[in-house]
Amino acid sequence: MEYFLQQLINGLTLGSIYGLIAIGYTMVYGIIGMINFAHGDIFMVGAFIALIAFVAIITLGITFIPLALLLVLIIAMVFTSVYGWAVERIAYRPLRTSFRLAPLITAIGMSIVLQNYVQIVQGARVKPLQPVITGGYTIMESAEGFAVNLSNIQIIIIGMTFALMTIFSLLIAKTTLGRAQRACEQDRKMASLLGINVDRTISLTFVMGAALAAVAGMMFLLLYGVIDFYIGFLAGVKAFTAAVLGGIGSLPGAMIGGLLIGLIEVFWSGYFSVEYKDVAAFSILAIVLIFLPSGLLGRPEVEKV
Amino acid sequence: MTTPASTSPGRVFSALKDAFLAAIVALALAAPMLGFQVFVSGTEIQLEPRWWLVGYATAAVFVGRLIFRLVMGGDGHMPVGQKWFRRAGGRPLGTPTSGGLKFIAVVALIFAFAFPFLPFTDRYILDLAILVVTYIMLGWGLNIVVGLAGLLDLGYVAFYAVGAYSFALLAQHFDLGFWFALPIAGILAAFWGIILGFPVLRLRGDYLAIVTLAFGEIIRVILLNWYDFTNGPDGISGIPRPTLFGIPFDRSSEGFAATFGLDYSSQHRIIFLYYVILLMALFTNFVTLRLRRLPIGRAWEALREDEIACRSLGINTTNTKLTAFAMGAMFGGFAGSFFATRQGFISPESFTFIESALILAIVVLGGLGSQIGVVIAAIVMIGGFELFRDLEQYRMLIFGILMVTIMIWRPRGLISSRTPSAFLHERKQISAENVSEGHG
Repeated sequence: MEYFLQQLINGLTLGSIYGLIAIGYTMVYGIIGMINFAHGDIFMVGAFIALIAFVAIITLGITFIPLALLLVLIIAMVFTSVYGWAVERIAYRPLRTSFRLAPLITAIGMSIVLQNYVQIVQGARVKPLQPVITGGYTIMESAEGFAVNLSNIQIIIIGMTFALMTIFSLLIAKTTLGRAQRACEQDRKMASLLGINVDRTISLTFVMGAALAAVAGMMFLLLYGVIDFYIGFLAGVKAFTAAVLGGIGSLPGAMIGGLLIGLIEVFWSGYFSVEYKDVAAFSILAIVLIFLPSGLLGRPEVEKV
Repeated sequence: MTTPASTSPGRVFSALKDAFLAAIVALALAAPMLGFQVFVSGTEIQLEPRWWLVGYATAAVFVGRLIFRLVMGGDGHMPVGQKWFRRAGGRPLGTPTSGGLKFIAVVALIFAFAFPFLPFTDRYILDLAILVVTYIMLGWGLNIVVGLAGLLDLGYVAFYAVGAYSFALLAQHFDLGFWFALPIAGILAAFWGIILGFPVLRLRGDYLAIVTLAFGEIIRVILLNWYDFTNGPDGISGIPRPTLFGIPFDRSSEGFAATFGLDYSSQHRIIFLYYVILLMALFTNFVTLRLRRLPIGRAWEALREDEIACRSLGINTTNTKLTAFAMGAMFGGFAGSFFATRQGFISPESFTFIESALILAIVVLGGLGSQIGVVIAAIVMIGGFELFRDLEQYRMLIFGILMVTIMIWRPRGLISSRTPSAFLHERKQISAENVSEGHG
């Protein structure tokens, strides 16, 4: 029971990170119908910018941790957004009217570019960061002395994910930008006829996705304390899996999918084998898709003849 | 192209403004990443500022964007080259006539067969040629799945791995030679293609892409962790070399050189390997071209263009997709066996996602469904990759940039026209603009 509870907490933490990345995939897929393959690497860039910002801020002498973290968060979100915007502008916009495999190939190209760019400018070695947020609570302790811990960093990650989810859901549901996004999702041509700047709406979608990926990157950095240029690939694939699992195009679906993938991975490692945790996550994906081809919360595709 | 009127002051000003904006973006991109390098000294983590790099990058983007705007004209949105690379008649390059394509194919074929005996061919170039032809074969194999049947497969490397490991394990445990193991490896890969095909049949487009990607990763993870069976990350070594009807390529008295009364040279084996892969690749091409004329090939192409119409016409889409998967997988398996025998050593490291991406890139950059396009793309990609060998660190970066640039320049691939398999009276090339692409 205690072991189960501990795994549940760990799974939710990991799942929150996947969920935040998955939102970027699902929003982009919803609006222009493409797999933004470079999104995982945007997440990696976000983690690196957070690391650089953190060291810079500490060097500048700001030692009050909450303030430092807030600054890091803002810096990481802003600069990573520029990366998200630039990727869309360079690699996807010129191909928007092209056939659907073309942007997928440029996306894979962009992913290779980002990975190697970071590898060249920051070096291939793993970058460690001393634990910044320490401490936590012991929720319960079993008779054998197995303690269930909820660390502060886990509280922050889960709390912040839910806060961001609420903010973004409201953004999509209530604001003009959100309405423009939903309009573009339904019919891009009609939306532009009605005076919506489609290019800008799509750009903003990428910016929002990148900002969330930056948050995820920063959390990953704080949780694990080590990053390298290659973390984006697996995290990206898992997050995309999460988006598909939840029903691509659906925001809550992405979050649920992320949490599920996180839980599956952690429970599998906890109860069966660490080596095959990725196999477990991917197999679940395949099984879900066989029985629910449009994901958990996705709308089934209507076939028009 | 640049008429005098288009270099008016207003134009220059707008180009300057645009370049300035691009420079600001570049500054924002470069400031954190290029501006500081994180390095670890002991337990301390420190930053080293490198502001000059940020300056260079920003200046380069400014100048580059300015030149681009002044030369290109327009707003820079249009795909580069559509304007430059147009023949006098208005037909863009890369939409050659069928006669032209046939001519190119024949010349290429003669060149390929004569290649090992050309004066400039040395061991290094021949090795590179073997690699290029391997990728051509993989490209042709994947072309059946992606180009003909329109099923997006991001995990093709899984079948390559199945082929390679099948041969390696058969050789290790049952002492089978290359030629005997080759068909078995192909059949096993095709079998895996069907196993993968079944669950994903109902999926469309990107769902299919992600499941195939996941499948590729699953295979790799299993190869990596099932230590008793696959020897895990250490890989399998001592894979036997292929023989010519039982004649090995070694110094012994039964060896190739002794049998044919030649002086022994290690070059013989390489030349032999080259011809083996060349024939295997040509076999792939031949089968594909013949299949396109059979009902099943036409069903693949129909499936790519419109799945619903296909079903309405009574085509069994399940079988059609499965055969496409199985055929593609089988050729991937053949290529994998060849890879294993050429290297003599395989490990899961050779079968990462980047390989799948590379093969898919070759197919898409070549022009979906175009056999000669795959050849050109494979030579450009693999050759280009090799060309930058000295720039160890930068070549993957250049490779990625190349992928993006070629795609933006020619979104439909290098050979973008399509030759219809079924036609009335006369075979006409269809320009890329008139072809809708598969959504399944």
